[in-house]
Amino acid sequence: MDSPASILTAVFLGVFSVLVLASATGLVLRARPGTEASRAVVDNLNARLKAWWVMIILLALAFWAGETGVILLFAFVSFQSLREFISLTHTRRSDHVALLSGFFFFLPFQYYLVAIDWYGLFAVLIPVYAFLSIPIAASLGSDTTRFLERMAKVQWGLMICIYSLSHVPALMTLEIPGYAGRGSLLVVFLLLTVQASDVFQYVWGKLLGRHKLAPGISPSKTVEGLVGGVLTATAVGTALWWITPFAWWQAALLALTINILGFFGGFVLSAIKRDRGVKDWGTLIEGHGGMLDRVDSLSFAAPIFFHLVRYWWVP
Amino acid sequence: MIPGIRPEAWLASLLCLAARLITGVRAIWRGCPPLPRQRVYFANHTSHFDFILIWATLPADLRRATRPVAASDYWGRTAARRYLIQRVFRGVLIDRVPPSRHESPLRPMLQALASQDSLILFPEGTRNAGDGLLPFKAGLYHLAREFPDVELVPVWIENVSRVMPKGAHLPVPLLCGLSYGQPVTLLAGETKQAFLARARQVLLSMAPPEA
Repeated sequence: MDSPASILTAVFLGVFSVLVLASATGLVLRARPGTEASRAVVDNLNARLKAWWVMIILLALAFWAGETGVILLFAFVSFQSLREFISLTHTRRSDHVALLSGFFFFLPFQYYLVAIDWYGLFAVLIPVYAFLSIPIAASLGSDTTRFLERMAKVQWGLMICIYSLSHVPALMTLEIPGYAGRGSLLVVFLLLTVQASDVFQYVWGKLLGRHKLAPGISPSKTVEGLVGGVLTATAVGTALWWITPFAWWQAALLALTINILGFFGGFVLSAIKRDRGVKDWGTLIEGHGGMLDRVDSLSFAAPIFFHLVRYWWVP
Repeated sequence: MIPGIRPEAWLASLLCLAARLITGVRAIWRGCPPLPRQRVYFANHTSHFDFILIWATLPADLRRATRPVAASDYWGRTAARRYLIQRVFRGVLIDRVPPSRHESPLRPMLQALASQDSLILFPEGTRNAGDGLLPFKAGLYHLAREFPDVELVPVWIENVSRVMPKGAHLPVPLLCGLSYGQPVTLLAGETKQAFLARARQVLLSMAPPEA
């Protein structure tokens, strides 16, 4: 088997070639005359592609820097996601300490636990220590207005944006026999599969989408997009079996599972956005909205993928 | 899209980019779309740089035609501030200090509107350290009366008070939010007081429920 570094290089070269091809297509589409509506779709496509270039280059740099690079990248992703999440939820003055602890203690500490590979505390830091200490801190403000609602929102923010997402770099800490030093390839498998699902749901939805899935939650999601996206991305995941410790059929089942979870991640977070009356979590990434719009599917897929692999592959 | 070759235009774009990066400001166009129409954006006022947030969230073509109304007693004080407000932000300077007032603060605003520019105006007249809104100054009413076709768009700047409540020592790194509301128009026969109170109420109603 090749070294992990050469496999990473091969995979990233593959991704870059796909991007070059997609960007060329985008340029051709832009040069073609069309109606105003089709122009808007093409412009949005090109904006997304531009953002993909930036994101893939950032990812490549992080992987090139090694484990620490990946951990720092996802710590930043968590930070930005939490920022977007909390900005859209109403908190009160007495939640200030709780919020500070989320941003400046629990977030860095959770990623530090990944870095030092202390699984026991990593697994309980947020669901036990944060979930109990944050209501304590807030109650000291003696403000009971919508207390349960406020706490639920902050806890959900920490759960989605810190706890769930920290499971992506935590994949590198799993000790799978015969797979030493290749943890970063598991991260690549998860990222490519889940993001491919997002991309192909969008592509199939735009090409064939007729039947709206749940217009009350997300006007752009269609049945055709969902089925086509999940199936195509499952094929992508299966085709990547050679970089994983899985057999091809195991890779296929895992890919299917994380794609379905990823879909529901986007779905649930869309419901929250709808409830708050916004379309996107932020404006960080042109054509994509905010950071949380990009990683919503990942936040549901990552912890389950982590635990499935941990249960069946780590002795 | 390309801001031209004037160094000031580049500097303006750069400052907008910095403002966007630091505050992560996002705009929600609730009541009207970002269209290139002549408008007066009126907003709540908490810091000297509020207008940069509005400016930074406008699309580039709208931004070029939109000028902040700024107090000359603050922005005229040093050469650097004068350079920024006059050359970079193309601000409309008004004299708000009555004893030394050379001309009506309305005149420069009316001139700008007459030459098809849009304006950013803080009708409270000064920065508000507390919650809610101070009473509005009369300028907005006069602009509405003289230019009935110009849309008066209320803009709520989501407060920095959540980022750093009074008495706190560390800021929570939240994203600032701007929401653009439905334009307000002067009704036939509406008095100055009634109009100003109504415009203030519209802006106040855009504030998130006291959290």
